[in-house]
Amino acid sequence: MRNLRLAALCSAAALSLLPAAAAVAGETLDAVRERGELRCGVNTGLPGFSSADEQGKWTGIDVDFCRAVAAAVLGDADKVKYTPLTAKERLTAVQTGEVDLLSRNTTWTLTRDTSLGLNFTGIVYYDGQGFMVKKDLGVTSANELDGAAVCILAGTTTELNLADYFRANAMSYEPVVFDTADQTARGFDAGRCDVLTSDQSQLYALRLKLAAPDKAIVLPEVISKEPLGPVVRQGDDDWFNIVRWTLFALVGAEELGVSSKSLDAMKASPNPAVRRLLGLEGDKGSGLGLPDDWAARIIAQVGNYGEIFERNVGKGSPLGIERGLNRLWKNGGLQYAPPIR
Amino acid sequence: MSRPPGRSGQGPGGGRQLLPRWTGWNDPRLRALVFQALFLAAVLALAGFIVHNTLANLASRGISTGFGFLSTEAGFGIIQTLIDYSETSTFGRTFIVGLLNTLLVSLLGIVLATLLGFVIGVARLSGNWLVAKLAAAYVEIFRNIPLLLQIFFWYFAVLRALPRPRDSLALGDVAFLNLRGLYLPRPLLEPGFGWVLAAAAAGLLAALLLARWAKRRRLTTGRGFPTARAALGLVVLPPVLAFAATGGPLGWELPALKGFNFRGGVTVIPELAALLLALSIYTAAFIAEIVRAGILAVPKGQTEAAAALGLKRGQVLRLVVIPQALRVIIPPLTSQYLNLLKNSSLATAIGYPDLVNVFAGTTLNQTGQAVEVIAMTMAVYLTISLAISLLMNWYNARIALTER
Repeated sequence: MRNLRLAALCSAAALSLLPAAAAVAGETLDAVRERGELRCGVNTGLPGFSSADEQGKWTGIDVDFCRAVAAAVLGDADKVKYTPLTAKERLTAVQTGEVDLLSRNTTWTLTRDTSLGLNFTGIVYYDGQGFMVKKDLGVTSANELDGAAVCILAGTTTELNLADYFRANAMSYEPVVFDTADQTARGFDAGRCDVLTSDQSQLYALRLKLAAPDKAIVLPEVISKEPLGPVVRQGDDDWFNIVRWTLFALVGAEELGVSSKSLDAMKASPNPAVRRLLGLEGDKGSGLGLPDDWAARIIAQVGNYGEIFERNVGKGSPLGIERGLNRLWKNGGLQYAPPIR
Repeated sequence: MSRPPGRSGQGPGGGRQLLPRWTGWNDPRLRALVFQALFLAAVLALAGFIVHNTLANLASRGISTGFGFLSTEAGFGIIQTLIDYSETSTFGRTFIVGLLNTLLVSLLGIVLATLLGFVIGVARLSGNWLVAKLAAAYVEIFRNIPLLLQIFFWYFAVLRALPRPRDSLALGDVAFLNLRGLYLPRPLLEPGFGWVLAAAAAGLLAALLLARWAKRRRLTTGRGFPTARAALGLVVLPPVLAFAATGGPLGWELPALKGFNFRGGVTVIPELAALLLALSIYTAAFIAEIVRAGILAVPKGQTEAAAALGLKRGQVLRLVVIPQALRVIIPPLTSQYLNLLKNSSLATAIGYPDLVNVFAGTTLNQTGQAVEVIAMTMAVYLTISLAISLLMNWYNARIALTER
């Protein structure tokens, strides 16, 4: 009798395990609307990109991008639930559906785009890998770093690029591997390693966390391309389109001169491109499945790309990073948005 | 007495009986067999379903599966590798490197924890009030603080206290201690060294045989023999003589400061030191209590009888109490060893390149194949744990009290 009951239980359990469906078009958007909030994967604490202050309020470029998507989809930029993720867990979190969107300074690479069931929707920040050393080391170029101990984050393209660069230049190094950017900064501060390597934007951000920020310099060499962008799951093209065109709306708004401050004035503008952006004419939001003023909502609540940049990593922030490659194409940079029409 | 039809074999009073003829569904044996077969089929079906479901889901999401990634180039460096490793090695090699590092820290930790644990355990039962109280304080402190905090303490406290490479603490020109690690000279074995090793092996064998002969002599005739000192001489003298005879075939590679760090010699990285210290001290606290429990489990009459026979305190402990206490100590001690092995995975917190950090951390993230990597890691830990407990159970059976 006992065996029979046990066998029946096992069969019932097996049958009740319905196979989880793969991502279906429209599924994520419906889930987000039903839940009423966007689940966003962000960094555990990288100033300028995604970090929380003492009150638990999140700020940064990646955070602002999440808020932009939330504004477009839900109408309220604050309806976001942030999940801090380390470099090791970030891709698994998107794969499994724990987060709807990964906005966590993730480099776009072939492997990540093709063999992990993920899609990159665009490039929010064009970056490159650099090195930071203490001034009293007397080093002025990355070619003088033979034999150095280098602090790096586990499971990042940084690790791989570092190995490639030192191998290409016939130099050796000792990798000291940590889990979070905070730990790398502390290890560098304590002197466990001579060099801290990461994306240049991260280096400027981490320098702020050092005990004596003026005693550290960022070396001039940029040894790799690090295009940082948001990531979504494969298979849901509708959601992919929404996230992709959120970025294009941000950049397009800056191209047209529409900002959160000039929005009201721009609503009266006769410029057809502006009117299409703000949803006053043209196809509006029907292709995306969003209300007509989706782009206007983004700009009103979050601002355009330039505002986001300046506020978080540019002149209006402690990092003070130049736009550089992240300028608009009109100004010699790489940010370019396809037309909204 | 007539036998029922169909029954073969011998009747009552001994002998094996073959299976009787099936009497249909009323037969409890038949029912038991059928249900067990059904249950087994259900379990296998469940397992097969889970595997198939997982593979189907991974495929539909476009996530690659299979173990092909093990032969792809890894492309990242590892700070401590017990075998040859470079950035062009494969992911499979990172698995081996991580595994060896885990085994290294676990084995060293087990040895140190056992030694320390036995000492502290016996010390807590000492007649000296101060020694007993210090041992008790040790156990209470290190047992109750979470291991991760202890690891952080050793790593950051040790790290902060040590000087930079340029101002290293030096033992002459031979050994250096600084923030980046402990640098020791590496022995370079020259051709004649084989003789020294052979002499050492021969000496060890001779010492073991001597110990066996001396024990047998003591059991049959009661005459003692200074076994310890003789064995020590046998183990030490032949290699020393061989060493002198072959002209000292041992060179040393000394660590030297070149540029940023020391090169050459053997390096003990601070991550290994911190992890080893934390693991050993933490597990020793538990082992001390197990040892104390084992010793207290030996009836007091044994100690009194041994003392009445004229044995000294140390001899009582070594010859009478501990052998009997071991039967109580070994099973929980096995658990502590397994705990130490699994706790070594906390190495990820400080960046020691153990299996979890290198394979289930970096490799998992670079390849994205979470299911395969985690399954391999779990299988490894399970295998090592089973091996340890098999060994300890064998030892336990060997020293069991054999009743006559």
